[in-house]
Amino acid sequence: MTEIPEKTASLSGGPVLEPGHTYRSVTEKISSIALARRTPKEWWIGFGVSFLLMMLLLGAVGHLFMKGIGVWGLNIPVGWGFDITNFVWWVGIGHAGTLISAILLLLRQEWRTSINRFAEAMTLFAVACAGLFPLIHLGRPWVFYFLFPYPDTMRLWPQFRSPLVWDVFAVSTYATVSLLFWFVGLLPDLATLRDRAKRRPAKIVYGILAMGWRGSATHWHRYETAYLLLAGLATPLVVSVHTVVSFDFATSVIPGWHTTIFPPYFVAGAIYSGFAMVLTLSIPLRAFYGLEDFITMRHLENMAKVLIATGLIVAYGYAAELFMAWYGGNPYEQFLVKNRAFGPYWPAYWSLILCNIVAGQLLWFKRIRTRPWVLWGIAIVINVGMWLERYVIIVVSLTRDFMPSIWRSFHGSRWDWATFVGSIGLFLSLLFLFIRFLPVISIAEMRSLVDETEGREE
Amino acid sequence: MSERAPLDLDAIRARLADADGPAYWRGLEELSATDEFRDFLAHEFPENADQWGGDGVNRRRFLQLMSASFALAGLSACTRQPEEKIVPYIDQPEELVPGKPLFFATALSWRGYAVPVLVESHMGRPTKIEGNPQHPAFPAGGTDAFTQASILNLYDPARAQVVSHAGTIASWESLISALAPVLQAQAASGGAGFRILSGATTSPTLAAQMKDLLARFPQARWDRWDAIPRDAVRAGAQAAFGAPVAARYRFDRADAILSLDGDFLAGNPASVRYAADFASGRRIRRDRVKLSRMYAAESSPSLEGAVADHRIALRPGGVGDLARAVASAVGVASGSNAPLSAAAARFAAAAAKDLGAHRGASLVVAGEGQPPEVHALAHRMNHALGNVGATVELTDSVEVDPVPSLDSLRRLVEEMQAGSVELLVVVGGNPVFDAPADLDFRKALAKVRESVRLGFWEDETSEWCRWNVPMTHALETWSDLRAFDGTVTIAQPLIAPLYQGKSVHELVAVLAGSPDRTSHDLVKDYWRSQRPGLDFDAFWKRSIHDGFVAESGLPARNLAPSAAAANAVAAPSAPGGLDLVFRPDPTLWDGEWANNGWMQELPKPLTRLTWDNAALLSPATAARLGLASEDVVALSAGGRSVKAPVLVVPGHPDDVVTAHLGYGRRRVGAVGRGTGFDAYHLRVSAALSGASGATIAKTGAAWPLASTQLHQTMDGRSLVRAASLAKFRENPAFAREAGEDPAKDETLYKPAPLPLPASDPAWGMAIDLNTCIGCAACVVACQAENNSPVVGKEQVIRGREMHWLRIDRYYQGGLENPKTYFEPVLCMHCENAPCEVVCPVGATVHSPEGLNEMIYNRCVGTRYCSNNCPYKVRRFNFLQFADATTPSLKLMRNPNVTVRSRGVMEKCTYCVQRISSVRIESEKRGSPIRDGEIKTACQQACPAGAIVFGNIHDRESAVAAMKAEPLNYGLLTELNTRPRTTYLAKVWNPNPEIGGEA
Repeated sequence: MTEIPEKTASLSGGPVLEPGHTYRSVTEKISSIALARRTPKEWWIGFGVSFLLMMLLLGAVGHLFMKGIGVWGLNIPVGWGFDITNFVWWVGIGHAGTLISAILLLLRQEWRTSINRFAEAMTLFAVACAGLFPLIHLGRPWVFYFLFPYPDTMRLWPQFRSPLVWDVFAVSTYATVSLLFWFVGLLPDLATLRDRAKRRPAKIVYGILAMGWRGSATHWHRYETAYLLLAGLATPLVVSVHTVVSFDFATSVIPGWHTTIFPPYFVAGAIYSGFAMVLTLSIPLRAFYGLEDFITMRHLENMAKVLIATGLIVAYGYAAELFMAWYGGNPYEQFLVKNRAFGPYWPAYWSLILCNIVAGQLLWFKRIRTRPWVLWGIAIVINVGMWLERYVIIVVSLTRDFMPSIWRSFHGSRWDWATFVGSIGLFLSLLFLFIRFLPVISIAEMRSLVDETEGREE
Repeated sequence: MSERAPLDLDAIRARLADADGPAYWRGLEELSATDEFRDFLAHEFPENADQWGGDGVNRRRFLQLMSASFALAGLSACTRQPEEKIVPYIDQPEELVPGKPLFFATALSWRGYAVPVLVESHMGRPTKIEGNPQHPAFPAGGTDAFTQASILNLYDPARAQVVSHAGTIASWESLISALAPVLQAQAASGGAGFRILSGATTSPTLAAQMKDLLARFPQARWDRWDAIPRDAVRAGAQAAFGAPVAARYRFDRADAILSLDGDFLAGNPASVRYAADFASGRRIRRDRVKLSRMYAAESSPSLEGAVADHRIALRPGGVGDLARAVASAVGVASGSNAPLSAAAARFAAAAAKDLGAHRGASLVVAGEGQPPEVHALAHRMNHALGNVGATVELTDSVEVDPVPSLDSLRRLVEEMQAGSVELLVVVGGNPVFDAPADLDFRKALAKVRESVRLGFWEDETSEWCRWNVPMTHALETWSDLRAFDGTVTIAQPLIAPLYQGKSVHELVAVLAGSPDRTSHDLVKDYWRSQRPGLDFDAFWKRSIHDGFVAESGLPARNLAPSAAAANAVAAPSAPGGLDLVFRPDPTLWDGEWANNGWMQELPKPLTRLTWDNAALLSPATAARLGLASEDVVALSAGGRSVKAPVLVVPGHPDDVVTAHLGYGRRRVGAVGRGTGFDAYHLRVSAALSGASGATIAKTGAAWPLASTQLHQTMDGRSLVRAASLAKFRENPAFAREAGEDPAKDETLYKPAPLPLPASDPAWGMAIDLNTCIGCAACVVACQAENNSPVVGKEQVIRGREMHWLRIDRYYQGGLENPKTYFEPVLCMHCENAPCEVVCPVGATVHSPEGLNEMIYNRCVGTRYCSNNCPYKVRRFNFLQFADATTPSLKLMRNPNVTVRSRGVMEKCTYCVQRISSVRIESEKRGSPIRDGEIKTACQQACPAGAIVFGNIHDRESAVAAMKAEPLNYGLLTELNTRPRTTYLAKVWNPNPEIGGEA
């Protein structure tokens, strides 16, 4: 192997699959994780911790439902705090998965192959976490269905001018498409697992999930068509979902929310945080399961480069806010900018600048990009930074808007934190289950890479 | 779904014709006996339940599940509910129409004076108290905050409920029989060991009863004690006129006013009237560009200082010094003059000149906290300025037998300690808690052989009395009282006593040996004796109906003060030490209101503090002592010390600490427990209104204070717009020009067509910032009208108070003596309401008449509307705030307003229930709603008439006239919200000789 085929030579050099692999080695390596008889002790520890955190979420939400929104730190004027911050954060994280799966597929960026599966899984689980928050943040969650257009005898209908209704459609569409996309992509691999499983229960479960996949040419043809179509469907969602989420703020009158830059800025931020999360997850994963051959340095580098690009768009967004505050001459906007940087929440603001802009610049250096654990650290920092960004946008704007008489600070209560940390537990629990029982890398697609690295079995 | 076959009407007719007997049919589909209908029947009715198998639940399974449910359901039904018979009206009470309120005129008591009110009653339950605008003393109607909150006292579950004896439940009859031998013994000794202690009163019936009683027991005595005594006022009048003359002021006639620690706008028995009169001098209109000018010298920040054009903060003695300087400048001998500071001297000179320039139209008012000499001086100044008969009316004392209450109490305590008091009857009050600390009333009480207490609450005093009788609320009993001008109101009950309450008249009747006399008989008989003649019934009915006895006011007398100058000069303040000033609490008064949640949660007008009192300090003094708000300090005076949290108040005089009395109750209901510190502990008989030489020591502890407003300045935003009178004359439209008001068509969207013609009403409101005195009566009125819950201190700290109407208080200028602005903020009912577009479920929508309405049932609680409200007037039920369980509070609720559950947003509705009921009436009578026919609760309560509501389509309406004023402006109109609530900008009337332009 001296030369990389042209179509995989995107973004940067280096192999997307280390040489020397055969169909068999790829299949064995990936399916063995799911089919292993013995669950690794480390998995149990990781899942156990995640599960405990998920139980914390259950407890926190239970308490919330018993008592009311007042268990959180919210007040008047700050009607949204951790709830919507977490929602936006989680939705944003999901975006990388869709981008990797759909847009990079359509652009024939084949380096995506080894990371798309768990990026999609991550999307799904992140959307699940995200979807939780709009539901539980309602004062009366038991009437959540008022937000849906359902036929009722009083002919009541949602109020379609509200961005929250757009959210309902955007997020539910996104969740549906993401699920379908992920599941369709899983079909050939589920069949592989079915065929390779030794134990009968596994055979049955994988068999049912594989939906009768036999690998015939017709199956493959339909599969490819369906996958491409779903990719086409998912592509606008990458842009639309976070655009709609940003409308929650952009259509309001509140200084710091009422900003036309929000849609592109939110989308870029979403991809930024999403890729950071993919890195956060993939680096330990590849290290623990020895998947360095599949998730190569080239993947990590490419993702780091996406981070630089989207990070700069985000930085542009911050700069645009500052510029518009000055250029627009709106005293409320000007106050807001000052208040963010020098008001009581200055640590949050400067931390986010540090995390999202300054830390990202380290990725210009190849030495840093090629050190997985340094990269991992930066990714974590960016995750924190993006959470802070949403916190600053949502909370700090609300604490001091138009009338100083009603200005008031917000601080998350312990139930806010429990819900937030618990949602991470939910996310990780689902992810651990996914890692244990489903192929974390697309076996079928990796096999096609084997062709390209000329590692075909004799 | 299969398409339905069209009905075959001919076949139906044929079938009906064939049928035998009465044929019942469920619909035309059945009659047509189509296949679809048979299928429908088969699935719909239980006899076919066994065919449900296809849906996944078969009949057998269904029965299994249901039998289990029924068996479990049976477990909870083991106790049989008691049989209760309900009885319908046999004769419908006259005028009682279910769902329609009735209004009755009666009177509450405030410091012994009548507060004439109209009480709204729903099916026999009083629910809301309003002022009585027909009453001659209060022609503008309106109330203060206490009057509004009184209804909550009536229904307070913590009220004293049963007669008790030595801690065990007893009965009224057992009290009567137990007292009989005691009274007999007293009768033998002429009542030498018999004492009655009550607060000041104006009740003619009670006066007559007391006279009778004291005739039976000539050696007995009726002592008086009020925790907030008006002794200085009486003594000042005594010194000036030689008699306890009462003065009533006509602020509407005064062009120059000097307030010496004045407290006429709040707490005074005439405050509601004074606020109205004062407002009339401050109401500036296109055709009346004239303002009174007020000077206020004060030793503690007050409403009077906040509304004054010139205010100076002085140490308590400094106010007297300033008064003497002004007095000598207007030609009243005032004895030796202490030197004044430059600022005070300039202030005094300007004030004196202004007063002198408005002879007969000026007014000098001294506050209750000032010593008698200052009151006497004020009387002399008014006389010298020719104000008597013009702005000051002097009458005989309105109070019955006014005695200096401190002397009265001191003499009583001495007797009690000597053991010579054998029977003590304590009527109301709470002397164990609020008597001067050095008298130690509690210890003296222990030496009294038999003590009887008539008390509204179970409080510190009832704890130490042997017999406790629950007192009736003013709405539960007959009585009579005089208003500040002497006009008598015969108070009628609206409801039978909720508990075993007895009135003071009934208790005194027992003491006088006629225990079977009811309040009704006592009051009526007294008045029959006063009005002999055939027309008594007509007089009685007329007086009760109107809420006052016609022509019963006291006539003004023409009196001249004695020329003798009281030369007493207040002891100079001890250098270095702090002056301690006691003031009644703005919301708890003397502590009586400690268990009233509405008053506890009502932000104090100036400090915006709720649920606590604090040691108020000026910023400079706090900085000197190294203190910040919420620091706990040991506050000591005269060898006594209490721990108190500090609150730094801009404009507070330096080296003075204000302690509001009434907090720190030890025995009180659940609401008042653990609130504030007891300033009475520091108050001794020698220094009732304040002490000098107080010290403050930091303890290092902190006590969180619940304030509803954390930012005190407008931050350069034009939320309250103000100018001096001169600037207003230059540019009357200054307020409008300070903001941006986009034209109606300045929108990308097609303006929504107005669904109603211009002949239909469009509701709007205008609030005059010139007349608003910040008294907060509107806030409590709103709470009472709209069933708003109380959330408690912790939730206030978290920013979750539920007031639909808040009064923003902004400071402008330096910390030492800033200008104070009050701005009531309620829902603006924006025509382009930002809240409406963001609600995902359409729970807040616009009515054709321009109301921004909340549909609680539809609200899911996203809080997006509140986030998007630039005025932040929406309130969210973060928890289950409304008390849905306490039975007595259910009686209190306004039946026309939903009690909100947790998780829903709420806000001001412009009292939509009042609009609806008036609209129904107007439709019934077939004529349009008249201007002023609808009054919102806040408007009705406002003593100053600052809030005007009405139809802005009607060009003749008061609100349209206000909105046409040049001062009219809207808040944040640059957002194109098009608010229906607008404000009239504040205009100050500064004296150019002092400067300090607004």
